[in-house]
Amino acid sequence: MSEARETRLERLLADVPYMRFLGMTADLAGDEMTATLPFSHHLVGNPILPALHGGVIGAFLEMTALCQLILLEPLRRQPRTIDVTIEYLRPGRALTTYARADVRKIGRRIANVHVEAWQEARAQPVAALRGHFMLSPSEAAA
Amino acid sequence: MTSTPSTPALESLAELGIRMAQGTPQALALGFRTVSAVPGEAVMAVPWREDLVGDPQSGVIAGGVITTLLDHVCGMAVSSLALQARGVSSLATLDLRIDYTRAAEPRREIFARAHCYKLTALIGFVRAAAWEADEADPVATAQAAFALTSAPSQLGAKR
Repeated sequence: MSEARETRLERLLADVPYMRFLGMTADLAGDEMTATLPFSHHLVGNPILPALHGGVIGAFLEMTALCQLILLEPLRRQPRTIDVTIEYLRPGRALTTYARADVRKIGRRIANVHVEAWQEARAQPVAALRGHFMLSPSEAAA
Repeated sequence: MTSTPSTPALESLAELGIRMAQGTPQALALGFRTVSAVPGEAVMAVPWREDLVGDPQSGVIAGGVITTLLDHVCGMAVSSLALQARGVSSLATLDLRIDYTRAAEPRREIFARAHCYKLTALIGFVRAAAWEADEADPVATAQAAFALTSAPSQLGAKR
């Protein structure tokens, strides 16, 4: 079962061009996933500080939510984002960023996911996302 | 704070437009271009590209690209107004809410227009929408708040 999960996650990260554009990766420890976004110059939004682009942080949080949803069950197609609310808590500095997602509710068609991103300290998040995602369960899982 | 805005120095607004599109590594990497900018309102665009696709099955551009475009164009709408009204343009996003109203058409350039409808001494409030063909049929709409990051004492002195 866990191997199937790992395969689904690896395939998603390899198949989605935009996830490769960001340069993100994700690791599984049992059923807990941590997504990683290594710092890269092309992700910078404010070159003076320098700081990661707010959009990049939001996008990384959203992609982390998609990765987490893929792990839960086989889906016919990728979950589709319905809405997201992103709160920016601290500037995203020129450092590696990590994120973990928490699926707060999963229904037949809609999931509610919270995601938090941090850099040097887990207790000092740089940003948080809450969002709804549309699911398309595979025939087998339905 | 409701005084009639004076016409901005055109160079500075044009400069801001260039800086927003080319002075930011992420905007350069995504190929953003400034379509138009007046104080408080901006339109930017991002081209469709194979490496920005979010769903390889459909070829639809990643939501994250639209998130970044909306954040960027909202920032520009606030910046352009803050620059004119207060002489500052340094900002930080406080929050950003996006509704993805439908999937974008693959292989189409995406446009986004943002309007800063209220600017206080410290905060800019913005609405925005993104579309590829018809502005009245958006792929996403957004609402955001930005904090002006210059010191309040400087803000007070400016006006």
